Amino acid sequence: MPRTTGKDRAKFTVVGVSERKVDGRALITGKPVFAGDADVPGALHVALLTSPLAHARIRRIDTSAAEGYPGVVCVLTHENTPTMRYTTAGQGHPEPSPYDTRMFDTKVRFVGDRVAAVAAESLAAARAAAALIAVDYEELDPVLSIDAALAPGAPVIHDEDDCVDVWDAAHNVASVVAARAGDVARGIAESAAVVETTIETQYAQHAPLEPHVVVTHLDADGRIVILSSTQVPFHVRRIVARLLDLPIHRIRVIKPRLGGGFGVKQEVLIEDVAALVTLRTGRPARFEYTREQEFVSSRTRHPMRIRVRLGAREDGTLHAVEMDAISNTGAYGAHALTVMSNTGSKTLPLYNRAPHVSFHGRVVYTNLPVAGAYRGYGGTQGAFALETAMDELANRLGIDAVVLRERNHIRTGETSPIFEELGEGRKGTPQIITSCALGECLRQGAERFGWAERRARHPGDGSVRRGVGMSAHMQGSGIALIDMAAATVTMNDDGSFNLFTGSTDLGTGSDTVLAQIAAEVLGVGVDAVLVTAADTDLTPFDTGAYASSTTYVSGNAVEAAALLVRDQVLAVAASMLAARPEDLTIVGGHIEGARGSVSLADIGRRSYYGPDPGQIAATASFVPEASPPPFMAAFAEVEVDVETGLIRVTDFLAAVDCGTAVNPLLAEGQVEGAVANGIGYALTEEMLFTSRGRTRNPDLARYKIPGAADLPPITVMLMDSYEPTGPMGAKSVAEIGINGPLPAIANAVHHAVGIRLTRPPFTPEKVWRALRTAGL
Amino acid sequence: MKITLTVDGAPRETVIDPGESLMDVLRREGKTSVKNGCDRGDCGSCAVLVDGKAVNACLVFAAQIDGAEIRTVEGLAGPGGLHPLQFTALDAGAVQCGFCTPGMLMTALDLLAVNPDPTEAEVRRALAGSYCRCTGYVKPVAAILAAAAILRGDGDA
Repeated sequence: MPRTTGKDRAKFTVVGVSERKVDGRALITGKPVFAGDADVPGALHVALLTSPLAHARIRRIDTSAAEGYPGVVCVLTHENTPTMRYTTAGQGHPEPSPYDTRMFDTKVRFVGDRVAAVAAESLAAARAAAALIAVDYEELDPVLSIDAALAPGAPVIHDEDDCVDVWDAAHNVASVVAARAGDVARGIAESAAVVETTIETQYAQHAPLEPHVVVTHLDADGRIVILSSTQVPFHVRRIVARLLDLPIHRIRVIKPRLGGGFGVKQEVLIEDVAALVTLRTGRPARFEYTREQEFVSSRTRHPMRIRVRLGAREDGTLHAVEMDAISNTGAYGAHALTVMSNTGSKTLPLYNRAPHVSFHGRVVYTNLPVAGAYRGYGGTQGAFALETAMDELANRLGIDAVVLRERNHIRTGETSPIFEELGEGRKGTPQIITSCALGECLRQGAERFGWAERRARHPGDGSVRRGVGMSAHMQGSGIALIDMAAATVTMNDDGSFNLFTGSTDLGTGSDTVLAQIAAEVLGVGVDAVLVTAADTDLTPFDTGAYASSTTYVSGNAVEAAALLVRDQVLAVAASMLAARPEDLTIVGGHIEGARGSVSLADIGRRSYYGPDPGQIAATASFVPEASPPPFMAAFAEVEVDVETGLIRVTDFLAAVDCGTAVNPLLAEGQVEGAVANGIGYALTEEMLFTSRGRTRNPDLARYKIPGAADLPPITVMLMDSYEPTGPMGAKSVAEIGINGPLPAIANAVHHAVGIRLTRPPFTPEKVWRALRTAGL
Repeated sequence: MKITLTVDGAPRETVIDPGESLMDVLRREGKTSVKNGCDRGDCGSCAVLVDGKAVNACLVFAAQIDGAEIRTVEGLAGPGGLHPLQFTALDAGAVQCGFCTPGMLMTALDLLAVNPDPTEAEVRRALAGSYCRCTGYVKPVAAILAAAAILRGDGDA
């Protein structure tokens, strides 16, 4: 059977339907399905000792008191653990992130860095013992900002001689990336209007409700089993195997239900420690981050300073686009290069009218918490800069903000040189856009939002001023020519199917989406597809859940495997019905031919017990040749209190082109959640530090994420669109929503009160100061 | 010390340490639907009903509630099937990762006991202490409103 096309979509019966989540019932009834729920008798509890200093060398570490503490079984420090450098970033091999990290180092590089781990019979004992470890530190000057990192004579954070792939360690530069097309200086010179904007974003944290957790044990054959809250089980297996000098096949990694990831669980942060405890002691081990450790010792969003210069013709057609970015990766370079790459590659192709484009990115180390993958992955920061500049340009030229995007955005059948020039940590691949409904997102989104009327309305002259703003966005669907997903489908003797996928449902509902894709191909309901996922012993390889990859990349593998199984099913049916396979159709669990029908159960039974038994099963792999972008138009309305500086977002609309929405409710939910997270990023979320680099607000009381009562109505429109290279026409939807709120809100504030906010979060104090500076 | 609790209708006796929270005790007793999201009362993932009132179990000393009746989401479904709060959540797409869901549902159960016909704003206020990072609350709020209508017996629910 050939792949589906847009014309087939009207015939879909499972894809495009908001099926209940396949794991929903277990979740809603509180079943023990998360890693932390595992009941492992005799498990040791692991507590972490972290650095109180931002930058120091460990002269001496005395663990004798801890080792003597009642109940303590194992203490790990740099003195008794492997010393090879690695990266915690769970990416494809070879990883594009520098190898600049050790399990436990002789130097600490931020407040919260690992110093030691204690495993004991109880968590209380492990914590008490960890506090007894005496560390003699030689304190070094800390580097606590991008400017301090780049200052002449700055302390060198990675002065060790065994790091790999650090761009310029002596100057605290982790990575550099650049891409260009045309001659941007000439383009700027030729432009009728030029605007320049510089933005600076903050430290933000993912704050999944479930902190990192891992439970390890040895199975009956002495293999180590790692039950982990990870987005990347196969990368965990590979990285832990290398660190602990084990053959990969001696490790099994299982991802059960996951309590949210958003990128922070694309890192190998705790599995190595728990696994080593289990190896050393032979006993199960449980290691859970506290909420404070989740903030400080896990990963964050790279703070960035980005300058954008746009040159345009008088009609608003862009002629030159220049983006110059510096990011702060904190103490280690996890995802340093690739997040920076995406800052350009997930924004600049959006406006492909400009022949002259340049991108330059530098990533610096500081002695602050480590940045990593976070939903949006650099695109969020880049979009804020670009869409702020676009708003400036619209104002400068007197062109409506929506119209300016309409005149410039990429369209189906078009390309951008950036696709080829800028990949993930290396050159990209040329790509023609095969579906783009951004025009409809802009048109229908503006209409539903009432953009023209609201934009024309006077902001008011009382203490509360009202304004509207908008922005346009793209992301990607997986990583072209790097990601690989495989899926296996087998048939049971009752006509149901098992789907084995290495993909990793983070709570997004991707297991359900993949089951729907398989069910659609196989002509059954979603309840006839049983999903087994993310178990390195049971499921074929998948790079994991990141880069908006699962629906598109894993979904394509599932569709391909299901198509192969469908062919096998039809071949058996054809022999039973004395028909040709191409004359048969699967409808509602039956194969219908001209001369009768057989049920899938008949075929399943026959495949087990004959005549001519043989397992109906197939495995397929998928490597994407492109990364089709989803698109979005975002609209925000705000009220700005000019007396207090308080911004209230009063309405938000996101019109999204994600291709076929395999499960519309789940797709909407992805956008709604991402928008909510983006509103928090815009208004309240920021990790704050003392002058010595200690995090001042490592909890959910002082790091304010949005609650139910804090958010405006969020309207999501899923546009009609069909991606021909996607499974059943689908593209990604998970990340793009988070990019909208920051620029749309900032642009709305400009509309309301005429000030240009460039440093999120837009707290009342900052806004009040900006208003006073502007004389309001 | 020893305390007696009724958990989801079943009496239990358990020995606790003086400093243990209700959350720790319930999780140790196998009620792992009581989620530890922050261990300091900020997130609401551990919310359970104590004598009918939703509280963050991490903030309650187990020693304080000897003799109390505890309800968790594990006892929410009845013999007739899922509670309306549960199936409306499934049908509305209100469950993503599901980690916050048990606490949020118990908070909603408390709300609907006190206010069977809440406005959307009242639902949102009731959930102010129940953080969710996945959904943006749009579908959870809609699901709770739908459940409220069903529990009231509104024909159009």
